[in-house]
Amino acid sequence: MMARRRAEGREVDLTAMLCLAPSVLYVIVMFVYPFLHGVYLSLRPAKQSGLSFANYAAFFSDEWQYGTIWITFSIAVPTTLIVVSTALFLAYGMRRGIRMERTITTILVLPVSLGVILLSIGIQGFYGSRGWFNQILLGSGLLSEPLQLTNNHTGVVLSLFMQQFPFCFLMLLGYISGIDPTLEKSARTLGAGSWTVFRRVMLPLMAPGIAIAVALVFVMSFAVFPSAILLGQPAGATRTIAIAAYHQAFEHYDMSYASAIAVIMGLCQLAGLLLIVLLRQRMVTAPTMGVGKR
Amino acid sequence: MRGRLWHLALYLFVLGFILNLLGIVTHVSVSAFAKRWFGTPLPPQFTTDWFVYAWKNFDLDRVLGVTVIVALSVVALALLLAYPAAYILARRNFRGKALLLLLYFLPLVIPQMTYGISLATTLYGGPIGGTMAAVILANLVPMVPLAIFVLIPFFEQISMNLEWGAQTLGASRLQIFRRILLPLTVPGLLTAGVLILVNTVSNFELTFLVSGAGSQTLVVALFYNVFAGGVRPVYSVDAMALMYMATVLVILLVALRFVRPTQMVFRLDQPGR
Amino acid sequence: MTQSLDSLRFRITKRFGAKVVLDDFALEVRGRQFVTLLGPSGCGKSTALNIVAGLIPASDGELWIDEQRMDHLPTEKRGFGMVFQNYALFPHMTVFGNIAFGLELQRRPTAEIRERVRQMLALVQLPDFADRYPAQLSGGQQQRVAIARALVLQPRLLLLDEPLSNLDAKLRIEMRAEIKRLHASLGLTCIYVTHDQTEALSLSDWIVVMRDGIVMQAGPPDAIYNRPNNLFVADFMGFRNFFAGQIAADGRLQSATGALQLHGRGHEGLGQGEPATAAIRPEDVLVTADGTGGNQIRGRVEIVEYLGRDHEAVLRLEDQSSLWVHTPAPLAPGETVSVTLPPDKVIFLPGTPQMRP
Repeated sequence: MMARRRAEGREVDLTAMLCLAPSVLYVIVMFVYPFLHGVYLSLRPAKQSGLSFANYAAFFSDEWQYGTIWITFSIAVPTTLIVVSTALFLAYGMRRGIRMERTITTILVLPVSLGVILLSIGIQGFYGSRGWFNQILLGSGLLSEPLQLTNNHTGVVLSLFMQQFPFCFLMLLGYISGIDPTLEKSARTLGAGSWTVFRRVMLPLMAPGIAIAVALVFVMSFAVFPSAILLGQPAGATRTIAIAAYHQAFEHYDMSYASAIAVIMGLCQLAGLLLIVLLRQRMVTAPTMGVGKR
Repeated sequence: MRGRLWHLALYLFVLGFILNLLGIVTHVSVSAFAKRWFGTPLPPQFTTDWFVYAWKNFDLDRVLGVTVIVALSVVALALLLAYPAAYILARRNFRGKALLLLLYFLPLVIPQMTYGISLATTLYGGPIGGTMAAVILANLVPMVPLAIFVLIPFFEQISMNLEWGAQTLGASRLQIFRRILLPLTVPGLLTAGVLILVNTVSNFELTFLVSGAGSQTLVVALFYNVFAGGVRPVYSVDAMALMYMATVLVILLVALRFVRPTQMVFRLDQPGR
Repeated sequence: MTQSLDSLRFRITKRFGAKVVLDDFALEVRGRQFVTLLGPSGCGKSTALNIVAGLIPASDGELWIDEQRMDHLPTEKRGFGMVFQNYALFPHMTVFGNIAFGLELQRRPTAEIRERVRQMLALVQLPDFADRYPAQLSGGQQQRVAIARALVLQPRLLLLDEPLSNLDAKLRIEMRAEIKRLHASLGLTCIYVTHDQTEALSLSDWIVVMRDGIVMQAGPPDAIYNRPNNLFVADFMGFRNFFAGQIAADGRLQSATGALQLHGRGHEGLGQGEPATAAIRPEDVLVTADGTGGNQIRGRVEIVEYLGRDHEAVLRLEDQSSLWVHTPAPLAPGETVSVTLPPDKVIFLPGTPQMRP
């Protein structure tokens, strides 16, 4: 009586393959293939036959298009810096625990769950030149003219902040809490003050987590789309690269050009990531994961 | 003393955040009930007419229907595809497992706009472009991996000895699945299902890129209505926004019974926490 | 009663990658025997048990039950009961549900299931626990349910993988007696795995001491305890004093430092001039001046630990080696005492500690 040998350890038997196949195939067919197809498509410009870099050439010769790279960076970089530094400041201060943690986390989670559209609509109303925020500032005499917080660069950054901050903060909080608290205590007994503890003990240990946070927030912010339209000037100062790609796809119906822009967007994000990795290598020489963690 | 300063700063920030959020949400709500409102602290007159207006003119019954169908379909299909994969990934270590996990991780970490355009191109190339099916398929791309990563720790918590014990008592693979694994992973299925639900209902970029006129979800329809600004009175749009917010808050309330707030925001799994 | 088997024999080799975990490990078990695989963690004993159960495949080897080859049979068809260290009770089923599980899979009539579960609960002395859930039970109770669950199916072989390791000391003693009682009254054939020599000695008919996948010694409990035939087994079974040296012409062991000449029980195959080690348990060292038969040593007491009934002490001998002593006699640190190593309690073992691979 022969029965199939059950696999164990490092083998992949029939059962495993059947279990993994549907989802693996799905990701390949619906994610990897379209992605690669998009890259291929970007090299087949609409008005020509055969492969060429015409789309890319067109993009980089038209200031209306390549200017979007600078615009998008000018949104993503400040956002990343503001989000990560605020999150770090607060997470570091809360590393030993806080009262009402669950309430605070629930509140922080609301913006993400409500979604970017609702947030943008709300920001447009509340922070608009006739909204409550400006009414309060004007009414109390602090300002004589309303602050322009919407339909510009600032509005977009504000919206991005509200979306990215919760995730970044919770992630950093979790990461920092995982660092062995006795390290700090022993540093203190050796005579280190708060700033020294932060700079020479905690910062090196937090560096990997901070790097991940910066990377994730940057990549997400770089792809900003609805906020840039609803709260910015999509035809002007906040015409991000995602908007450019969208225009090509759904207003000019030039899928090839649109794919090229999407590829360029991806490459910019990759460049940003590489920069972060390089900076991190140069900044901290301390050992990374595992050391000092509980 | 230092600690006190931190705590003060923290509570001030949280307070500011709450006021901010409250202000935003309340403004939308008040506007939705306003007959007309222009620069005054509160509108001079209130009405509920805009809700009726929005319901009639924005095709909301159909949009709501589409949202429900899409969301439930995505939940069901994502769980179906993710469940067996999560089981294998939790139990086995094989060559290439790291690569496979990376593959599943990519749709979660690469922004939807980056891969959404090419996904839309592919879907529009065939007959399903712009239909509900396209919206469902597109949303599954990030949701299947999310379900997998949420389910894996739930499987890891089930000791292998339980399956072995059942085997020594004579159970076949199917019987082990039906009588041991399935009942014990119900919490995992609930958690994953709820997260997928919230994410799909509030998903914008992917749905926006692949949907057509008849297959827009609530968020996407809302966006179009904002954009067609001149034609639509802002109060009616705010009314629709309020209806959307009510929907999401209801789902959120239900969700928070099964899921910790941190899990709603994390895109990665957190074993044991 | 259980339908026991007549004989089980196997030969197993198991490799995990490049590491050989079991090297041609062979064993023969007769019906109604209680065999224990004893050894430190990592010696392969649990792996061997899992292979016998069919839960993991062997890299090489055979398994024969009653002269029929069984290694290609999947676990669920082998009819072996198994009890795990962490009990492995299904948390979502009641005690009744857990015990009835196997019977339900066999599609037994409801009345029969109820009766057999009831009998089993009575047998493990948990008659009122049918409706409780595992989370409401103590460790000992959970283990009894696990045993009941395996036994209700009347398996022809019961496999136990360190079932008492998670219990506290007092409970372990009670459960040991319980297992022994079940084995005797039901006529079970058992293969038991543990690292605890007390469990092995008290429960078994036959002990197999293992190390790194190899059998170091196999035999009845008293042979393993009193007549270990190599350094590893002696060390594992509590011989803590080892004196390396050579066999002298008069049959005594000459210690390497030259200071000691010890009489002891010889080992077959150890001739004059061969490297050997003399070993004695701390409990067998007599703290007395009059040594009959020789083996008198003087030493200075260095450390004394009070253990209630006895004292555990370390003596520093003239050649600077240490002697562990376990005695009711009160000793004081710094004191110089004479001790006797009764020759019949000293065993000679081949090889010296440095020679061990």
